[in-house]
Amino acid sequence: MIKAKDLTKVFNSGLLLSKNIITAVDEVNFEIGRGEILALVGESGSGKSTIGKMMLKLLKPSGGQILLEDKDIFSISNNKEFYSRVQGIFQDPYSSFNPIFKVNRIFKLVRQSFKKEISISEWNDRVEEVLKKVGLNAGDVLNKYIHQLSGGQLQRLLIARALLMDVEVLVADEITSMLDASTRVDVLEALLSLKEIGASILFVTHDLSQAYYISDKIVVLYKGSVVESGSIEKVFSNPMHPYTRMLLDSIPQLDRKWEEDRISVEDFDKSRAAWKEGLCKYIDRCSLADVNCMRPKLKLVEEDHYVACVKI
Amino acid sequence: MKEFIYFAFKNTKFKIGLAILLFFLILAIIGPYVSHYKDPLEYVSMSNLPPSRENWLGTTTFGQDVFTQFVYGLRSTFFIGLFGGGLATIIGLLIGFIAGYKGGLLDDLLMMLTNILIVIPTLALLIIIAAYLPYRGIGIQSVIIGLTAWPWTARAVRAQTLSLRSREFVNLAKITALRPLKIVLEEIAPNMMSYVVMVFILQFAGAILAAVGLDFIGLGPTKGISLGLMLQYSTLWNAIQLGIWWWFIPPGLAITMIVSSLYFLNIGLDEIFNPRLREE
Repeated sequence: MIKAKDLTKVFNSGLLLSKNIITAVDEVNFEIGRGEILALVGESGSGKSTIGKMMLKLLKPSGGQILLEDKDIFSISNNKEFYSRVQGIFQDPYSSFNPIFKVNRIFKLVRQSFKKEISISEWNDRVEEVLKKVGLNAGDVLNKYIHQLSGGQLQRLLIARALLMDVEVLVADEITSMLDASTRVDVLEALLSLKEIGASILFVTHDLSQAYYISDKIVVLYKGSVVESGSIEKVFSNPMHPYTRMLLDSIPQLDRKWEEDRISVEDFDKSRAAWKEGLCKYIDRCSLADVNCMRPKLKLVEEDHYVACVKI
Repeated sequence: MKEFIYFAFKNTKFKIGLAILLFFLILAIIGPYVSHYKDPLEYVSMSNLPPSRENWLGTTTFGQDVFTQFVYGLRSTFFIGLFGGGLATIIGLLIGFIAGYKGGLLDDLLMMLTNILIVIPTLALLIIIAAYLPYRGIGIQSVIIGLTAWPWTARAVRAQTLSLRSREFVNLAKITALRPLKIVLEEIAPNMMSYVVMVFILQFAGAILAAVGLDFIGLGPTKGISLGLMLQYSTLWNAIQLGIWWWFIPPGLAITMIVSSLYFLNIGLDEIFNPRLREE
């Protein structure tokens, strides 16, 4: 359905003298099939959101392509057509609404842009129905300004907006980070119902348990590069890359207290921190690495499971 | 829009500010038609007459009619506020918006210019410019004020633009397939509008005060009359010591009230435009 091919994004900052080049996304490849959820996992600054923005055509890639059914999305010039098929939900619900309008404006605009053929009263019924699905009462929220609603309510309004549009691809950028635990499950269920009708979902998160709960596939990013990817079952049951192992090891468990002997983040040789061009990006935190760990390529370790580490 | 008007007339600060401002504005417009004399500098009567039926606000030491001077002075005050403040607002908005929206090298250059102008003491600059011009009218005075008052507006507008540009609702509008022009006009501009109005109001007040300051130190218009010049002349001819209160109280009070009414309007509008401040 949607496919990222050698996707790269480089940010330039600073003026002539102090030029600063940051490679936020570095040749990332993945594919999301119809009715599949792909979890994009990584720490802050690993390029997750940048990938999401590029898939929504909000940022232009510096290299590589994003293909929607084998067509480069940046060659689709009709935005109405593109955005009726690909939609997104952003990380920060507070800044996703224009503060000087009431929140129902986002639904009005969707009708004006994409669903002009539907009458206003029918549209309002649909909005109400969809709000119910995400656990909101239309009367309580629609006629309010953003400062009168909570982050969770706003986020669910945005999810309702995406649900209304029956899209083919949805980019969900950390949509549960503002929600409390009980509504989180409702939202995840809403995503699953979207998946059931055939949508491809990019689920950007740093919460591995949520990723496992709803996803079919996973891509683990570290500093913009894919370190491990594949089917979620395989990656979770047999994590190979030291970074993935560390991530999985740091999930707090209900039945386990903190222990001393977990793989520590500090446990690395400081002399290796001197990073050189061509070395593995994870070298400064890796417990397996030595000075000769060159930048690895993704390799197939078992069916549907890729790892980028020279030690494996 | 309808909503703004509704909230505007529920807001006491806005109503007070508007009422005072309108009072002086109407006085400035119709005053010259109802006053008994046409030339504010003409010697029309005996000197230092207290307010009477003939001279509503008395006369100056030179026998000029204070009411006539006052209403013509109000006119120049509003003129300077409108044009000086307007010019500063337009320059500040343009530079701030371009710098914030375009970014990069242009942003750096424009902000360098702005910062240089900010560190130059404005009054000193105004004195030098004013002293170099042998003939100064109200128009030139407003241009001088407008050209020196914009830097802080530019900085504030730039910051506002930067912050609005990176807000997610702009992205949400983009993925709702709104056209770029529609996004600028319907999503970004309404958020800037309140800001623009308030910047203009503060620049209006600032320009009036700057003009009064210039007039008072003797660098006001060489021709014509203004509230600042009235204050200067009255102090120069010892009106305060001689108790000729009708000469200096009207202009002083008018300036204070106009500037305060503008600040009231500013605070009121802030509450009207920003739904977060509307709650009682």
